[in-house]
Amino acid sequence: MRKTADFAKKIYTALIFLFLYAPIATLIVLSFNASKTRAKWGGFTMDWYLSLMQDETILDALGTTLLIAFLSALIASVIGTVACIAMSGMKRRSRTVLMGITNIPMLNADIVTGISLMLLFISLGLRFGFGTILLSHITFNIPYVILSVLPRMKQLNPSVYEAALDLGAPPLTAFFKVTLPDLMPGILSGFLMAFTMSLDDFIITHFTKGAGINTLSTKIYTEVRKGIKPEMYALSTIIFVTVLVLLFLINMTPDKAQRKTDGKEETA
Amino acid sequence: MKSKKHLLAAPYAAWAVIFIVVPLCMILYYGLTDKSGAFTLKNILAIATPGHARALWRSILLSLISTVLCFLLAYPLAMILAEKKGNSHGFIILIFILPMWMNFLLRTLAWQTLLEKTGVINGILAFLGLPALRIINTSYAIVLGMVYNFLPFMVLPLYNALSKIDENVIHAAEDLGANRIQTFFHIILPLSVPGIISGVTMVFVPALTTFVISTLLGGSKVLLIGNVIEQEFTQASNWHLGSGLSIVLMIFILINMVLTALFEKDESGT
Repeated sequence: MRKTADFAKKIYTALIFLFLYAPIATLIVLSFNASKTRAKWGGFTMDWYLSLMQDETILDALGTTLLIAFLSALIASVIGTVACIAMSGMKRRSRTVLMGITNIPMLNADIVTGISLMLLFISLGLRFGFGTILLSHITFNIPYVILSVLPRMKQLNPSVYEAALDLGAPPLTAFFKVTLPDLMPGILSGFLMAFTMSLDDFIITHFTKGAGINTLSTKIYTEVRKGIKPEMYALSTIIFVTVLVLLFLINMTPDKAQRKTDGKEETA
Repeated sequence: MKSKKHLLAAPYAAWAVIFIVVPLCMILYYGLTDKSGAFTLKNILAIATPGHARALWRSILLSLISTVLCFLLAYPLAMILAEKKGNSHGFIILIFILPMWMNFLLRTLAWQTLLEKTGVINGILAFLGLPALRIINTSYAIVLGMVYNFLPFMVLPLYNALSKIDENVIHAAEDLGANRIQTFFHIILPLSVPGIISGVTMVFVPALTTFVISTLLGGSKVLLIGNVIEQEFTQASNWHLGSGLSIVLMIFILINMVLTALFEKDESGT
């Protein structure tokens, strides 16, 4: 009885993962497909990986995507962390208001966020391009940082910081030596979340990008009608496999510091 | 020192006002005025025209179906995953975030390849002697695309809520003579309500407002309210109408939030 239940659970989990990963497997297969149409298999080829290196429009879009993701995640991490520190010293009511506003981009529809930012940029007379995309991505990334730093902030023991001050450390030194290292895991996971969200965003970029600049998402969207270039499959396969390998390596190395803090969390 | 700490909020507060609050006010302004700048309700009432009303109704219907399907698929999975205690927590979350590193437009497009008349799934069905699936460019394909894209947003909050349930509570219920079904409905389900609420919101809102999934899998035959709004901004350039319809959309998002908040209160009251 117990065995059949376990078996059923395994089958169910496997089916869901098949559902989630089948399109990814499809894209990887397509990246080796010699036929240019998606519909049929024309034999194995590595051609798309080679021609990808020559394709400047795709590489340009890749560069823009990565730069936006990195900068927006970085700036959002700084602004978000500072905001979390500030909120810990705020009165309850003003903190509630600020958190309420922070939740808006997460709860609101992306299309509304995108349109509202577009209207703002137009009325400010900003030129649409890299800058407007970056501003938008920072805006929707800050909440992810705040939501991952705030829980760590609450666990902080303020006496440690005060002890550092009593021992003669200037406030900034005390902050960088004591508070920041404690917040780091939260900031890091907020940064990664923000980076991923920025990388995968299409809708908000679509409304705030203007002509002449493309991220991978918007480039793919313009290609939908005329057919996706197979080089795009090759590129996404490379990105996916790279991330997979990186995650595997990170999971393999026993991260003692992380475990230690996790343990603390559980006893706290 | 402590009294000055809140001043650090200034940069973010300014950012939030300029890039979150002001833009929303601009949608309200555009939605409630016409091209000459005079106040009008015309843009909001435009939702009642047959084409727009049909698109909105279809969006609501498809997103509700997708939310229910996501919930039914995700709950058993979250329960299975939550049973696994220990170090796997981070790994399980990663498995669901990992697909996001492959562009979501490409992943959705891959379903075209899988669902096409001569696609992979129909190849397998034909091999097994089963009738072919003809759902590409229909509402069914859109629902599939929604469930596929938003399922992780349902699984993760449910998993978080379920793995936080104290096992002793479940054991206590069993000791007191509850059978598994009673334990589920009286203990596990009520304790997972916060997860259900955030899961439902995180699936329903993007499904209600998407225009990408319907474009990619609906073959531009099936228009959702998101498509209508997107076209007003990018093709028709009627920002006033687009903003008006966005306000209607936001009203629905607000209704969803209020309903879930009420539900949450109800549950905690019992």
